[in-house]
Amino acid sequence: MSKLGNLGARLYRGEVGYDFVGKRKIWYGISILITITAIVGLAVRGLNMGIEFSGGAVFTTPSTSVSAEAARETAEQTSGHTAIVQKLGNGPLRVQVSDLTTEQSRATQEALAKQLGVSTDKVNTDIVGPSWGDEIAKKAWYGLGIFMILVVIYLAIAFEWRMAIAALIALIHDLTITVGVYALVGFEVTPGTVIGLLTILGYSLYDTVVVFDGLKEGAKDITKQTRFTYSEIANRSLNGTLVRSINTTVVALLPVAGLLFIGGGFLGAGMLNDISLALFVGLAAGAYSSIFIATPLVADLKERDPQMKALAKRVRAKRAAQAAKGESGEEPRDEVPGDEEEETEDPAGVVGPRQSAARARGTRGGRPQGKRR
Amino acid sequence: MAAPKKGRRSPGGQGRPGRVLALILIAMVALTGGMFASGRTTPRLGIDLAGGTSFTLEAKNEPGKPNAINPTNMNTAVGIIERRVNGLGVTEAEVQTQGDNHIIVNIPKGTNAKQARQQVGTTAKLGFRPVLSVAPGAKNEPTPDASSPGKDKDAKDKDGKTKPSGSPSASASSSASGAPSASASPRQQGRPVTDAVKADATPSASAVAKDDKAKDEKKDDAKKDEGKKDDKSKEPTPSPADVAALQKKLDALDCTTPEGRAKASEAAAGAKTTDVIVACKKDGSAKEILGPVSVEGTGVTGADAVFDSQQGRGWLVQLKFDSSGSKKFADVTGQLAGKQPPQNQFAIVLDGEVVSDPSVSTSITGGQAEISGGFTQASAQDLANVLSYGALPLSFDVVTEQTVTAALGGEQLRAGLLAGAIGLGLVIIYLVAYYRGLALVALASLLASAILTYTIMVLLGQAIGFALNLPAVCGAIVAIGITADSFIVYFERIRDEIRDGRTLRPAVERGWPRARRTILVSDFVSFLAAAVLFIVTVGKVQGFAFTLGLTTLLDVVVVFFFTKPLMTLLARRKFFASGHPWSGLDPKRLGVKPPLRASRRPSAPVDPKEA
Repeated sequence: MSKLGNLGARLYRGEVGYDFVGKRKIWYGISILITITAIVGLAVRGLNMGIEFSGGAVFTTPSTSVSAEAARETAEQTSGHTAIVQKLGNGPLRVQVSDLTTEQSRATQEALAKQLGVSTDKVNTDIVGPSWGDEIAKKAWYGLGIFMILVVIYLAIAFEWRMAIAALIALIHDLTITVGVYALVGFEVTPGTVIGLLTILGYSLYDTVVVFDGLKEGAKDITKQTRFTYSEIANRSLNGTLVRSINTTVVALLPVAGLLFIGGGFLGAGMLNDISLALFVGLAAGAYSSIFIATPLVADLKERDPQMKALAKRVRAKRAAQAAKGESGEEPRDEVPGDEEEETEDPAGVVGPRQSAARARGTRGGRPQGKRR
Repeated sequence: MAAPKKGRRSPGGQGRPGRVLALILIAMVALTGGMFASGRTTPRLGIDLAGGTSFTLEAKNEPGKPNAINPTNMNTAVGIIERRVNGLGVTEAEVQTQGDNHIIVNIPKGTNAKQARQQVGTTAKLGFRPVLSVAPGAKNEPTPDASSPGKDKDAKDKDGKTKPSGSPSASASSSASGAPSASASPRQQGRPVTDAVKADATPSASAVAKDDKAKDEKKDDAKKDEGKKDDKSKEPTPSPADVAALQKKLDALDCTTPEGRAKASEAAAGAKTTDVIVACKKDGSAKEILGPVSVEGTGVTGADAVFDSQQGRGWLVQLKFDSSGSKKFADVTGQLAGKQPPQNQFAIVLDGEVVSDPSVSTSITGGQAEISGGFTQASAQDLANVLSYGALPLSFDVVTEQTVTAALGGEQLRAGLLAGAIGLGLVIIYLVAYYRGLALVALASLLASAILTYTIMVLLGQAIGFALNLPAVCGAIVAIGITADSFIVYFERIRDEIRDGRTLRPAVERGWPRARRTILVSDFVSFLAAAVLFIVTVGKVQGFAFTLGLTTLLDVVVVFFFTKPLMTLLARRKFFASGHPWSGLDPKRLGVKPPLRASRRPSAPVDPKEA
């Protein structure tokens, strides 16, 4: 773990780092590919909508020795509709019959109870009208719309509009991927899935916001220096918050994985499983998008800003001048690692609030800051 | 919890971390004490965990009343359903509105789901209709002068055939969800209008009530009735031709079986208030032709069952009408009083079934009426109940119905808790492995968060009826991640500061303002998501959103008033301050290269700067 800590330190100081922003075209390409796959999957295979959307009933029986096949026959004969029967864990059966009226479902419930030799009220029934799923879906869209508008406004105020837009695109990206996975794998879409999807909203943005917060801080006073362009600073702060992002994602995924694999595995299909599956897929997509999509997008948008263009120009000019002067290394990180002042000065130009401390140090010796500017 | 406020003094800043810590500990003790004082130490469990039956009702828009679905009407409906459900001996049933047009009815275990649905699902509409004709409840043999007895018989035979199979669902579709019954509808769709009108008489016709074609046919029917009504608006007696048609309907009606009654009442309930209908008496003893509704149930303001000992009339039901209701009632009773039996009766029709059909001897004015004769205490109270609470201002569809056995709910809760425990365990292992000693802070904070969440949930169960359902459990588990995220943000900040060469105490103070901002911004986004979810959705989703929102808020509270002060206190401990290898704050492990700046500047200025 200490290696990871060290890596964290090196990432933080910018000694090592991956050029996420520079190679953004690759990531955009991958994301576009995934998105297209998702959309094609959605168009071709469609979503496997649960009974909540078609109307029907789910019966869950107590543990029983009656075979799934026998239960299926009973359910189909009684209801006159196709039944799907699953054996859950160590005995209970889950019988799902779509397109069922209440009366039919009650008869089916009674028939199943009779077959199992238990009283009717031991057979758990969940009857859903066909309009219920639509209602939930409609409200979900409605909620999605409201949330997106509010969050864009909020992010535009808390950060800036470019970040708000990038976050929104990353969010849509996550949702598309999640829905695409559902279409391709054929997981059943239930109200639980819808809940999970809507929760991704908050989570996906949580990660993005943490990264953006670092970026905002890193980009403070950016126009007052000429060492880095916005994209470079974006990449540095991305690398700086990488450990944090990974940790938050892992920690968020762990309980969800617990729900998915233990809760779900124990009980088979059900609300817990539906929510956690959507969350799991969405969280993973969210972590990916906050690093590979959202920040590069911000950098892209920001580089179009005249101020940033001017900065990029100044940076290039300065680098050219330095190269002409034949300084040993353009980047301070290439200098002798033992030189403490260089170490701290490096982020000093990048991270605003640390400047004062660095400056204070600068006056006490080492190379005066002014020289570098 | 809004945008990060600048310049706010961090709670428990350097000065008095102990005081803030003590404050939140007192709050926790108070909440726990409150929980024990309130007499409940477990959260209220939702119907899906405790077992029972849950209905979701959706208010339907009715033609001609586009604005009927409004909060006032919804609340009235909730009140009526609640009294109805609880008035029937079910305890602790919950009825609440959800969203704009949904009502959730939760009935705890131990109730017969079928009966419960009858009470809740058949959302009664009450009306007073004049009685035009009465016949015994059994099905008559088709009269010879009926135009197509064969066909009627056909329909009947079909009914007769399906009934013995023992499945009440075979052709009836009393489901309010309106799914057309498969057996009845296809055949009728293709029928010519005249036949269809006739088919209306057969009980199964209601099955196609939602069908467009059937609607058209019905309209025809209604038009006829309206025309007739215009002709003799004062005399609710149909023309001879209609009488014949109605008689035929009446003949076809079979009120002796529950199925027949159910079908009849559904057909009658689906009819317009201006239609002449045929209906069964509730006990199946008679069937009646009824005129258009003369007084709507909404005109009744109250009804009581009273025992009359003075005149020896036994149990009777006293009715009170509102002003327009009493006027209409006076009119109709005035008309009826002069007629011969059975036309001097009015029928109290609840959801297409005749609950009572008292006869009238005089015009009843003044908004007060009495119904007497042959009541037992129970039947009088029943009728009074129906009259008081039977008239819902809206009609509803049951969109979901869920019965859960307590055993299964318990199993799911166990699975959920197990999953949560394992998830928590994994998080703890990860935190300990990565953050070493700091994980203690995280664990203590998670614990504080858990105590707060649990006690508040228990107390909210008492205060606002919050019930922990399965999605809510799921939300709480997911929230472990959110809560832990905040610590990670803060810890990483502190470590970054240490990497900059600070000693722990200044690092803790300087890292805080920036971590605080990140935590606030990201928690706000989470909270926003939860709030939007909570507001726009219904039912189960709301439980999830509520838990998520609650835990997000508590996360902020815990981080501000617990984690931060605790961190400040711990930073004074030698174990952490000296960067013990197991503290998670060892400068060497964090990659700070010697010589450590700390040794040169032991008294680093501690001024948390707002980022």
